[in-house]
Amino acid sequence: MTPLIRVEGLRVAYAPPPAAPALDGVEFTVDRGQRVAVLGPNGGGKTTLFRVLLGQLEPGAGTVEVARCAVVPQTERSRLEFPVSALDVAVMGAISRLPWWRRPGRTERVRALRALEAVGLGDHADVTFGELSGGQRQRVLIARALVQDAPVILLDEPFTGLDAVSMQQLEDLLAQLASEGRALLVATHDVEQARRWDRVLCLNRRQIADGGPEVLTRSVLEATYGTELVDIECAVHGHHELVLPPHHHDHEH
Amino acid sequence: MAPAVLHWLTDPWAEPLMRRAFLEIVLLGVAGGALGGWVLQYQLSYSAESLAHALLPGLVLSALTGIPLLVGGAAGLLVAAAAVALAGRAPEIGRDTGVAVVVTALLGLGVLLALSPDAPPRLNDLLFGDVLGVSDGDLLAAAALVLVLLAALVLLHSRLLAVGFDRLTAPALGVRPVVVDAALLVLLALVLLVAVQGLGNLLVVSVLIAPATAARALTRRMGTMLLISGATAVLGGAVGLYVSFHLDTAAGASIAATLVLLALAATAGERVARYRATGGGPRTAPR
Repeated sequence: MTPLIRVEGLRVAYAPPPAAPALDGVEFTVDRGQRVAVLGPNGGGKTTLFRVLLGQLEPGAGTVEVARCAVVPQTERSRLEFPVSALDVAVMGAISRLPWWRRPGRTERVRALRALEAVGLGDHADVTFGELSGGQRQRVLIARALVQDAPVILLDEPFTGLDAVSMQQLEDLLAQLASEGRALLVATHDVEQARRWDRVLCLNRRQIADGGPEVLTRSVLEATYGTELVDIECAVHGHHELVLPPHHHDHEH
Repeated sequence: MAPAVLHWLTDPWAEPLMRRAFLEIVLLGVAGGALGGWVLQYQLSYSAESLAHALLPGLVLSALTGIPLLVGGAAGLLVAAAAVALAGRAPEIGRDTGVAVVVTALLGLGVLLALSPDAPPRLNDLLFGDVLGVSDGDLLAAAALVLVLLAALVLLHSRLLAVGFDRLTAPALGVRPVVVDAALLVLLALVLLVAVQGLGNLLVVSVLIAPATAARALTRRMGTMLLISGATAVLGGAVGLYVSFHLDTAAGASIAATLVLLALAATAGERVARYRATGGGPRTAPR
């Protein structure tokens, strides 16, 4: 089976040497149906990797082969006061498949409505985007990615700021998308969540680890995040969890 | 309806120049109203005002030399755009200050030229417009502008939405923000060039900004906003012409004042309605 993403010897630099590259020595492949957690500190190269996969950044070295990608950005990037409905946002996903002289029409609106139904928001199509909850906004942006009909979806910290119910709904949705054969790369800071997915890619300006959840050892996490990890014992079940201090949940800009 | 009221309503339209003025204001209202919604959402109000003021030297020079105002205005716009671009490149000045310096300098130059001994009479029409004196050529230019503008806005609608909603993600959706921005600025320049003939250099921005401000207060959908904005501009134009006719005030200024009053009324109405509904809460859910 041909992988949907194949990256070999990737190196990306925003400035010439002696400045350190933003990413170096990155190598991984992603197959259909895989959910890959991309872990790393702020400035560790997650966003840079996404920009390379989207074709917005040229790699300085290495090869990148990737199927068509759609991106689900952090909802904070979008303007909540902008006068658009959930359906308007989902329809935006159709633009890339239209010639410049065509505007989205009835066919594209029907497809966008189906995508909203697929993420459980069919009855919210006419609601203003800014009036939706954080979890609903995230699902609208996923619907937009579905309208793009891309086999690879990149999600930039989609769980940030969501309550437990919204997180579970979103996690179920991602599992469903993966089961339909899409490859999902999810930038996240949640180590325990990453352990539940198919693959993990740890970055800190270079590739620290790539593999199944079992690669998430203490030494790998310390190499990824430095020595700031906090070991918390669960009061109910007694097991230990490695978590990050709160400042790591701030967004990259 | 009482005969007096009927006369009050119909008397202005007995005059051919009032009918022509109304036709001009309908065309400019549709163009300005439709584009104004995007100008507001793209936060280009200051740029619109700056471009309108920077047109003045070109307009005055064309009046002095006898070349068509459209040509002089277009040349003035090009010079202003180049000057703003150059000033914005100097890091010690900064883009905002650069625009302010260039626009102030060009407006001053325009006034200096207008006050020269060789200046023809009624040059103040360039500043305040003469909507009652529009020619057939002005009406034709406004009609052509409306056709081009509406076709462009229909074509660009979804792309303008995508960039306005999230500029950083737009390229991943197949939309290049720089192209959309450039198209919007070209349309803005076109509207200013044509509308400045009727409303003048100082009042032209009112037809772009005020109706769109009123519409933004009344709806949360872009398409509806553009329709309300265009309708508000036409309504304000008609009311302004009535005011001008019956109170013998300057037509352009009456139209501008009416449009601003409509914007203030709509904004106040929206605030009162929101206060009653939410106790003054925001229009959006928390992030």
